[in-house]
Amino acid sequence: MSESGYTPSHLLHSLKELAEWVRSPAPTGVYGLMAEFANADDVVTAARQVRAAGYRKVDGYSPYPMESLIHELDQHHSWVPTIVLGGGLTGFLAGYGLEYWSQVIAYPMNIGGRPFHSWVSFIPPAFETTILFASFGAVLGMLALNGFPRPYHPVFNIEEFAKNASNDRFYLVIEAADPKFDVAVTADLLKTLNPTFVKEIPA
Amino acid sequence: MDPRFIPLPLVAPGHTNDSVTEKISHMTLEKETPRAWWLTLFVALGMAGGLGVAIIGLLFVGIGLWGPNVPVGWGMDIINFVWWIGIGHAGTLISAILLLFKQKWRNSINRFAEAMTLAAVLCALQYPLFHTGRPWLAFYWLLPYPNTMSLWPNFRSPLIWDVFAVSTYGTVSLLFWYVGLIPDLGTLRDRAKNPFVKVLYGMGAMGWRNSARHWSNYEKAYLLLAGLSTPLVLSVHTVVSFDFSVSLIPGWHATIFPPYFVAGAVFAGFAMVLNLAIPVRWLYHLEDVITMRHIENMAKVMLATGLIVAYGYFMEFFMAWYSGNFYEWFMMKTRSSTGPYAWSYALLILCNVIIPNTLWWKKARTNTIWLFIVSVFVGIGMWLERFVIIVTSLYRDFMPSSWGYYKATEFDWMFFIGTGGLFLTLMLLFVRFLPAIPMSEVKMILPGAEGRVKR
Repeated sequence: MSESGYTPSHLLHSLKELAEWVRSPAPTGVYGLMAEFANADDVVTAARQVRAAGYRKVDGYSPYPMESLIHELDQHHSWVPTIVLGGGLTGFLAGYGLEYWSQVIAYPMNIGGRPFHSWVSFIPPAFETTILFASFGAVLGMLALNGFPRPYHPVFNIEEFAKNASNDRFYLVIEAADPKFDVAVTADLLKTLNPTFVKEIPA
Repeated sequence: MDPRFIPLPLVAPGHTNDSVTEKISHMTLEKETPRAWWLTLFVALGMAGGLGVAIIGLLFVGIGLWGPNVPVGWGMDIINFVWWIGIGHAGTLISAILLLFKQKWRNSINRFAEAMTLAAVLCALQYPLFHTGRPWLAFYWLLPYPNTMSLWPNFRSPLIWDVFAVSTYGTVSLLFWYVGLIPDLGTLRDRAKNPFVKVLYGMGAMGWRNSARHWSNYEKAYLLLAGLSTPLVLSVHTVVSFDFSVSLIPGWHATIFPPYFVAGAVFAGFAMVLNLAIPVRWLYHLEDVITMRHIENMAKVMLATGLIVAYGYFMEFFMAWYSGNFYEWFMMKTRSSTGPYAWSYALLILCNVIIPNTLWWKKARTNTIWLFIVSVFVGIGMWLERFVIIVTSLYRDFMPSSWGYYKATEFDWMFFIGTGGLFLTLMLLFVRFLPAIPMSEVKMILPGAEGRVKR
């Protein structure tokens, strides 16, 4: 299993998918199949089996972050760190640039005989703007990558999910958009993985 | 292994994912608000009302209502500002630094401590804001924005660094706290019966659905925020200490100030966390998630930072003598023994050095009543530390002709007690309306959370 085999071509692929999604008509029919599991063991094992069977549009759901589930679903890669780096660099340049421009160009003033470009004194504010922009990058980046705010998602159509996903149950969802998806075959596979139920998710 | 050295569990045995959700969401959604909560809110609102009166008085009359005057130009306004900011630091230490060090015991107390940080920063901000006298005119020399006078703030001044440090700190603390809250708001959304309440929590949760894809991004963002907050929190009190140490006043101009201030901040902050956690734990029966191990660990951090602070006091004394500087040594002598404020130094040593040293004994660390008392003393002691640093450095400087005396006025005290009320009110509202213990993070440390992973 690749640890972080995410390349620019993957990004291109994601963008193409996004474009397809934008052009696609309003969803009808089935969003996918959902299996509920009573414990962490079962969902991790199920995720591995489903991946091994060749399904790729699979998502797991757990009431707390599970390293093992993320690992099985190969979802380790995230653009958040890159966005944070970009935010930090922007913050530093913006902060230092503002200081340089205001103290040297816009409003040069002799204060205690210090040079206009007092770079040592400029470090603390530039440091703070670096942290500020990087933090906004982390939060807004995370929200944007997760597609938030999102008022509607088909998985909430399953009553048990809406009640227990954030409490103590674990779920695996295989989307109908997966090329290997077939309502009967996929449901049979999920039923062999010791779920408490398998249900169709209306879109 | 000796049973004394086996660590106690972080969550009382017998808890499951469901029981954790039930226990914590029950506090906000179903439990009848305890009478003690209403009573404290009543008192807190009364105190906060005093803040309102003090602010209105100040805006009508001016800062002459406060005690600072020549030669002590900084008084309770700055003492209280530094005190409140320092208290906030423990929250960030618990949520960020302990996360980076993989200290799992932070998981049940971090939300609470972060909320305390936010409330403390808000209280701290009142002081510099109203010390400007006319805050609506203060922005052009505090914040860099294109104004009609074409003026720009002086970035060579530590006071401007302070504006940047504290405003960044407040903002990043808010972001960190909110990110941590999102999954738990999702839980409350799923459990709320009242449709109006459900919509409110739902808006806060932004559509969170516990997907592994989301958790992956979320964990990265959370970890990076912790990594960013760590240097940030150290920089904030360092910059606050620069307000003093960059000047040339004996008693302020010292290189030990940054680490000494940061340790003092964490010391006072942990004392405040204990002062809040002990009553809340008792009132809401949280002994199984905030266990004796949490309490004892906090006591240990308090002891360790207290010793660093004591070292700082010793070093200040030593350097004043060793430097051979007449003014430094004179300042130290008047501060600690011969001056009219020597009582404050004696009390400071009692509160911050002598009393916390009882925490070497396990009996003292596990007795919540004694720990509460020690924490109150540490809070007072850290307030006195700022009083000693600020007032006893200014009131007798180089020229005997300019010596003076500082006395806080009723308005100073009203303002201080008022921010205490504001702080308490915010904490009470937090405990009532938001999950005070992070449910998803407590579930992470339950046995078997990761499954039996075979790779």
